[in-house]
Amino acid sequence: MPVIEVTKLHKRYGDLVAVDDVSFAVEAGEIFGVLGPNGAGKTTTVECVAGLRVPDGGGVSVLGLDPRRDAAQLRQRVGVQLQESQLPDRLRVAEALELYASFYRNPADPATLIDKLGLGDKRNTAYKLLSGGQKQRLSIALALVGNPEIAILDELTTGLDPQARRDTWGLIEQVRDSGVTIVLVTHFMEEAERLCDRVAVIDRGRVVALDSPAGMVSTVAPQQRIRFRPSAPVDDRLLTDLPEVSAVQRTGSQVVVTGTGELLHAVTSVLARHQIVAADLRLEQSTLDDAFVELTGHRPAN
Amino acid sequence: MHAFRNILRIEARLYLRDLPTLLTTVGLPTLILVVLGLVPALRKPDPTFDGQTFVSYFAPSLLVVTLAMVGVNMLPSVLATYRERGVLRRLATTPAHPAALLAAQLVLALAGILASALLLILVARLAFGVPFPRHPLGFTLAFILGTAALLALGLLVAAVARTAKAAQALAVPLFLVVMFFGGVYLPRFLLPDFVARIGDYTPPGVQALLDAWTGTPPQPLHLGIMAVIAVAAGAGAAKLFRWE
Repeated sequence: MPVIEVTKLHKRYGDLVAVDDVSFAVEAGEIFGVLGPNGAGKTTTVECVAGLRVPDGGGVSVLGLDPRRDAAQLRQRVGVQLQESQLPDRLRVAEALELYASFYRNPADPATLIDKLGLGDKRNTAYKLLSGGQKQRLSIALALVGNPEIAILDELTTGLDPQARRDTWGLIEQVRDSGVTIVLVTHFMEEAERLCDRVAVIDRGRVVALDSPAGMVSTVAPQQRIRFRPSAPVDDRLLTDLPEVSAVQRTGSQVVVTGTGELLHAVTSVLARHQIVAADLRLEQSTLDDAFVELTGHRPAN
Repeated sequence: MHAFRNILRIEARLYLRDLPTLLTTVGLPTLILVVLGLVPALRKPDPTFDGQTFVSYFAPSLLVVTLAMVGVNMLPSVLATYRERGVLRRLATTPAHPAALLAAQLVLALAGILASALLLILVARLAFGVPFPRHPLGFTLAFILGTAALLALGLLVAAVARTAKAAQALAVPLFLVVMFFGGVYLPRFLLPDFVARIGDYTPPGVQALLDAWTGTPPQPLHLGIMAVIAVAAGAGAAKLFRWE
């Protein structure tokens, strides 16, 4: 039984169609990624799910409820972390969490949450004095302080340094392990690959793919690449004759072989038969990044 | 109601924490009063002011300073900043409505205005012998309507300005107009008569305040205009206000 169902969602701003036709379902307890280039309609989609915007067409159901009609109920049960939402400069960490906790019927204990998010020594620090990572963690804490069943997190780690980003990922996994369903909007492929059970790629207001990150990579971009430095000259034909190989390129003394299937085994065997040693050998497998480029025709931002 | 109370408590704390703003809004008019009051000539009764002192005559204009600072400057800039930074939007995702934050800001603006006015009236009375408003009912009415008109204008600015910068850009000229016609920059007896007459009808309605302070009931027309401005600007703000 899905906890979020989006069917044929359509939303426009004047003449601009932000979301053309988006459908997906999120299962209880998963981390569901919404990926896409900037302006693809990701944020608008989750804003409709969060009940912040009224769809022009199609339906959204969250926990079996209507985000607009049952807004009051859903605000108790769904936590939302919006893109670029800040707090007043002089508000302190503990004050913010205690205030937001007071809005909910069954809130989490603010003090425990502060410790869990590693903000224990910042409890009495004003918002403006927090680092980017700390602000982000506070923002996540505010989305979780109501003990939600679903957390919607938009652009979770944008603007964070790599360490803070990894820490945040660990945190999100903990939250999921506590039973919260998470909808994660991101344009970081690494983040989606690491965290998401399933991802929907949205481009120009439509879902162009919906699968697990690994499944998406293997169907969309099954190519592998091997780079090595041969110890003796290699005839290209030796490699191109292999059924697994689709292309051979040379850059300086380096040979780059592209192909599918048991590519590594096929290439190393043929080299061994000709007594050629492959130095500096590296196997590069496609990532979600490559799949994304295949699907949308452009590189993800950053 | 519960959420509103908690938000008000937190916003009040934030307001008190911003000491420079707090001191300016609450203390500046009284400070100007004290500086002027230290000049002996301004404490002498003068026929230009119907036998009152200049300090008495000028006190209502100092009320204008508070009202303009809080209503036209502070309120819209705080609200526009909250909107620009997504504070209102974040609140909209919780069980609390962002209107609770707006209401809390209005309560704080009123509290600031009231504190400033009481301080001014008290210091004027105790230090410079300016009598308490002689027509208390009329004065209260003029003060309430003038305050309502300016707060409504402030809300209208907050409603139409998309960003904090835009709010400033709108608020500053409005602030200057209110201060000028309120006789703050140039005492009104120095202004050409028609300019002073215009000032009777620009919020917060300094003539009504002066009349009531010195003993004559404020003119119904002066009060009526303030009520009309308050209702019109308030309705416009309610219609145009965006939470994001």
